[in-house]
Amino acid sequence: MRILTGNDLKTGAVTWWTGSDWSLHVEDAVDVTGSEDEIARREESARRVNAPYAIDATMDEGSPRPSHIKDRVRAIGPTVRPDLTLKPADPDIGNWVI
Amino acid sequence: MYKYDSYDQQMVDARVEEFRDQARRRLEGKLTEDQFKPLRLMNGLYLQLHAYMLRVAIPYGTLDSRQMHALADIADKYDRGYGHFTTRQNIQYNWIKLEDAPDILADLAKVEMHAIQTSGNCIRNISSDHFAGAAADEVVDPRPYAELLRQWSSFHPEFSYLPRKFKIAVIASDTDRAAMRLHDIGIQIVEQDGELGAAFYVGGGMGRTPMIAPCINPFVPLDQLVTYAEACLRVYNRHGRRDNKYKARIKILVHEMGAEEYTRQVEAEFAHLLEQGVEPPFAELERIRTFFEDPLFEADLPAEIDRSDPDFALWVDRNTVAHKAEGYVSAVISLKPVGGIPGDATAEQMHLMADLARDYSFDELRVMHTQNIVLPHVRKADLHALWTALDQAGLGSPNLDTVEDIIACPGLDYCSLANARSIPVAQQISERFAANGKTEALGQLKLKISGCINACGHHHAGHIGILGVDKKGVENYQLLLGGSEAEDVSLAKITGPGFDEAGIVDAVETAADVYLRERQDGERFLDTYRRIGMTPFKEALYG
Ligand code: HEM
Ligand code: SF4
Repeated sequence: MRILTGNDLKTGAVTWWTGSDWSLHVEDAVDVTGSEDEIARREESARRVNAPYAIDATMDEGSPRPSHIKDRVRAIGPTVRPDLTLKPADPDIGNWVI
Repeated sequence: MYKYDSYDQQMVDARVEEFRDQARRRLEGKLTEDQFKPLRLMNGLYLQLHAYMLRVAIPYGTLDSRQMHALADIADKYDRGYGHFTTRQNIQYNWIKLEDAPDILADLAKVEMHAIQTSGNCIRNISSDHFAGAAADEVVDPRPYAELLRQWSSFHPEFSYLPRKFKIAVIASDTDRAAMRLHDIGIQIVEQDGELGAAFYVGGGMGRTPMIAPCINPFVPLDQLVTYAEACLRVYNRHGRRDNKYKARIKILVHEMGAEEYTRQVEAEFAHLLEQGVEPPFAELERIRTFFEDPLFEADLPAEIDRSDPDFALWVDRNTVAHKAEGYVSAVISLKPVGGIPGDATAEQMHLMADLARDYSFDELRVMHTQNIVLPHVRKADLHALWTALDQAGLGSPNLDTVEDIIACPGLDYCSLANARSIPVAQQISERFAANGKTEALGQLKLKISGCINACGHHHAGHIGILGVDKKGVENYQLLLGGSEAEDVSLAKITGPGFDEAGIVDAVETAADVYLRERQDGERFLDTYRRIGMTPFKEALYG
């Protein structure tokens, strides 16, 4: 599958396209195969996202997992600062990232 | 320390307001990202893996307690309570919001700091010896010359759009503590027959094509320093490879053109420029120099240190360095606790270091290119109190220049250009050696890690270097041996096939064991490697 990601213009936070809006959580991302360019263009010009791009992902236990490690680090946060990630309480999150 | 005059302050203040307006227009949609990106980069604002990242310039790594407090306040107020000190003697914040960026720049301007020219194809922050003004072996304090060059290069219209970024380092002793010959221009202030002059080394660098800068002029009179630098830049600006980003650094030009031909063109340009009168009046250098006069060192201080506490004695042996004034030392605050993140400091730690600088070091701090902090002028009699305060805050690691004092770039945990993570490798190596107890026996062993070929972590210059690569989407690490950034400069060589994350930690230990087995009296790791060559290491690593 293809999912769409970018950054929030104001805060720089990593966001994911949910089909109707942008979410901080990669679990909310939807497949955009075929329409990624059109959505990216529209959302960027409306300033709802900054620097959007589409990436490959696979479904993993019911939610999308980016295929490349760089996008998985982006999705969660720095592996060396679990306290600053989106899942500070999840001890297994490192396995999802790596 | 240099103090801004009204011109400096006006330039910086005007830039803050200009950027405030640009950021507002971006947020209102009047500028597209393509239009805004070069503007934010000129103010050190990148878009990185998790948010905007702000790189703040610390000219030649020198700052006072007021500035360090301000950096801590920014970490607290606008970021997540910490900052990352870098190999270019700067600081980076990883979680910046665009809407806050103009206020941050305004806060910086209040303490005579900025983020101008910390990105882009311009002359970047000028680095120097972190022991400048304190070192027993310098011919003169190199910072007035670095400051003169800072003023010359700030907003220099001709050099704002160079073929590529440009990094200058200035030192003034034969011991090179600033990786001088791995810069686009390295300048060593030297003394010849009682006269001071500048030796110019041009065309060094790391990145994908590492090069050691050749000396193109061993003695430029100091009242022609800026003119000569201008000539070096002009020839580069004219002939640098703008057609290919990967060949655009000056090192490629000097290499392709040949150092001799490059030097010939520089000398011709220099002769021409001498007639134009571009050199600032010598009085300006004299004015700058007055800001760098020695603090009032006390005379007749005790030279002895009470070493009855063994932990303290170890820290003194490892982390303090001889000072030019009797009764004083330079003390290094390690930002490399075992298992920690090299170069990271919390806001509380920054506040503490600032207070300690005020109390014990004439209000001065330095950032080292090895991502540690220096208190340059500490009375020996104050060392125990200083160490006690540092130790309580997790800043007392006694590991300067040991295998635990690792340089690591942000790598894949923070950097969008990365292939692999650097920090976890550094953490595991420091934990491994702290546990196996070999650190002491290994002595000086400089280990440097980069998460990609750009070499921000100086891996080419490590006695042991590690380079993160992407092997079909999986992190992989190449091992390099035999580099040095110091006066015995050399480029490290790759041992062979790479290793996975666990494998690279083992490989470093294996290489260290070869040294322990093979070394002769007084040899450092690097010396043994240079004597016995790569083969014994390869045999141990790959069997
Ligand atoms: C995370 C954001 C960063 C980005 C995007 C970045 C980007 C780059 C790039 C593209 C180069 C190669 C330039 C070339 O060869 O033309 C480079 C080189 C370098 N960077 Fe960074 N870097 C980052 C962070 C850092 C940090 C944190 C440090 C210090 C720890 C640093 C210090 C250096 C140094 C020393 C070099 C080598 C300079 C040379 O080639 O002569 N950078 N960086
Ligand atoms: S070396 Fe590569 S991974 Fe490390 S900070 Fe530089 S660009 Fe990023």
